[in-house]
Amino acid sequence: MSHSTDKTKNHYWHENLRLIFICLTIWFIVSYGFGILLVEQLNTIRLGGYKLGFWFAQQGSIYTFVALIFWYSYKMNKLDKKYHVEEED
Amino acid sequence: MNELQLYTYIAVFGSFGIYFAIAWWARASTTSDFYVASGSIGPIQNGMAIGADWMSAASFISMAGLIAFLGYGGSVFLMGWTGGYVLLAMLIAPYMRKHGKFTVPEFIFDRYDSKTARLVAVLCLIIASLTYIIGQMKGVGVAFSRFLEVDYGLGLGIGMAVVWVYAVIGGMKGITYTQIAQYCVLIFAYTIPAIFISIQLTGNPIPQLGLGSTLSDGSGVYLLDKLDAVVTDLGFKEYTTDNMGGTLNMFAYTLSLMIGTAGLPHVIMRFFTVSSVKAARSSAGYALVFIALLYTVAPAVGAMARLNLTDTLVPTEGEELIYEERPGWFKDWEKTGLLQFEDKNGDGKVNYEADVTKNEMVKIDRDIMVLANPAIANLPNWVIALVAAGGLAAALSTAAGLLLAISSAISHDLMKGIFVPNLSEKRELLSSRIVMTVAIIISGYLGLHPPGFAAGTVALAFGLAASSIFPVLMMAIFSKTINGKAAVSGMLAGIGITMLYVFQHKGIMFIPGTDFLGGMEENWFFGISPNAFGAVGALVNFVVAFTVGKITGPAPEHLQQLVEDFRMPASHDIDVSNH
Repeated sequence: MSHSTDKTKNHYWHENLRLIFICLTIWFIVSYGFGILLVEQLNTIRLGGYKLGFWFAQQGSIYTFVALIFWYSYKMNKLDKKYHVEEED
Repeated sequence: MNELQLYTYIAVFGSFGIYFAIAWWARASTTSDFYVASGSIGPIQNGMAIGADWMSAASFISMAGLIAFLGYGGSVFLMGWTGGYVLLAMLIAPYMRKHGKFTVPEFIFDRYDSKTARLVAVLCLIIASLTYIIGQMKGVGVAFSRFLEVDYGLGLGIGMAVVWVYAVIGGMKGITYTQIAQYCVLIFAYTIPAIFISIQLTGNPIPQLGLGSTLSDGSGVYLLDKLDAVVTDLGFKEYTTDNMGGTLNMFAYTLSLMIGTAGLPHVIMRFFTVSSVKAARSSAGYALVFIALLYTVAPAVGAMARLNLTDTLVPTEGEELIYEERPGWFKDWEKTGLLQFEDKNGDGKVNYEADVTKNEMVKIDRDIMVLANPAIANLPNWVIALVAAGGLAAALSTAAGLLLAISSAISHDLMKGIFVPNLSEKRELLSSRIVMTVAIIISGYLGLHPPGFAAGTVALAFGLAASSIFPVLMMAIFSKTINGKAAVSGMLAGIGITMLYVFQHKGIMFIPGTDFLGGMEENWFFGISPNAFGAVGALVNFVVAFTVGKITGPAPEHLQQLVEDFRMPASHDIDVSNH
């Protein structure tokens, strides 16, 4: 196969960068945004016994991080196949 | 020997036996086995091993204690030490795995074609790893001396011998399989007491939910509201809003820990052990699942321990604990000096409050919270024994990973890479084992005679990783044009400014009195504490590297080609030869 021309390489890389950008935006919002910068505003909302800002800082951000990595990894596997750059088993 | 000691001996030496058996079964016979387990580890197993490698004595013993006393401010550790894995999974690990070498400095050398860059990276790696090991060794010594009541030095010696056996024989392969066992021990030891305490306090067996539940004493009050009320009554800051030095400091602190995590060589090198790029991505996810199991329980442990402690000291509002009637765990920890009472007003009662002139609990060491927690909550002896084994598993597994990072940096990068290029594989394997033995002896010695600055050095380890290794790796992957000169100047500038800031506020090499700007908060740059400065150092690194890069021109064509290659998991039209 000779799919990996410079053009497809560029497309693959740009799609990867776009995906990383989306993931890191969410990463930033849940931790730095909800957990630190907006914590006072969110703390006026309750989630059971938790103040919401406090919950994001000590629980919610961590759950989101886990989900983000698996989602990224799933999307990248699809991207690898689309551009025929996946590894052989 | 009492019942508790018997259980503790069974738990501790039983777990050691398992580690030895695994090390013997998975011993290393080639350098590839020794450094990267021949790329044979599956993503889930690798995730567990990373979890054990990552979660040190600090995570197991200290973190919940820090959270207990910092409240909301403690969130920087929770977010910082988990968020770094997102960066690892997306920005670092897959590409370094694709390149397929043994060590982080080797990757830096290949990408920048610069021996200087490799040398600077080796230096950062050794300083960061050694300072980290001192902490683990101290943890081992404390766990032995408290739970088995043997001498601190003897405990340290036993710990060193155990690590020596399985790390030197097993190499990465042995260490990885041992770490999988150690993960199971430590997570079990951490969550069991937490579940018990959560049931006691809230009736909910899941600590993460218990922390957000109402108390089971029939009052219908939420646990966190009760805690807020109790601590503010005593004059402390409100638990759920106390924000450690302000918003900007928390922001910078979290960022420093995140990029420091993503730049710690002993963590990154774990991703060389998996079989593929795909596995490198997903094993970061599994690693974080296993780490999150402990990290989401820790805030519950912290808050519940603080509540239990305060309840013991101040049973009901205005009524104080009578010193003569103090519980057994109080006496046990007084013996270690980590808990100290001073009857200032001479009434024989424990007056615990925020006002330091009146407070009579003159010392409550944060590190005892996790270890004393089961006793404070009156849990059975076998649970306490389990905690001892868990703390040891956490300390030993991290120490082993760090020792491997040091030995591979010295024998592979310094000796084979720079000074003795024609070293045969057999001799390299032998030399790694000798280097590791020497590293164990040095770190044991430092654990026995900790330098005065040991406590401040964790900041240094994260600062170094954040300000040098993370930026240099990120630029290596995301910029094709950045060259060796730019990388070296960036690293030196980043390390330089971070060290300068840490030293000017904490003393040169942490020697008291040499801090030329004082440790006072008024002098902190925008209120950023020295521990949080790695993020600023990283920024300086990027700026300097890009400026030098602009002046000195782009990296040569063959290096740009190399970047193109490791950005793709596989390129079917190009012959891929990893070694």
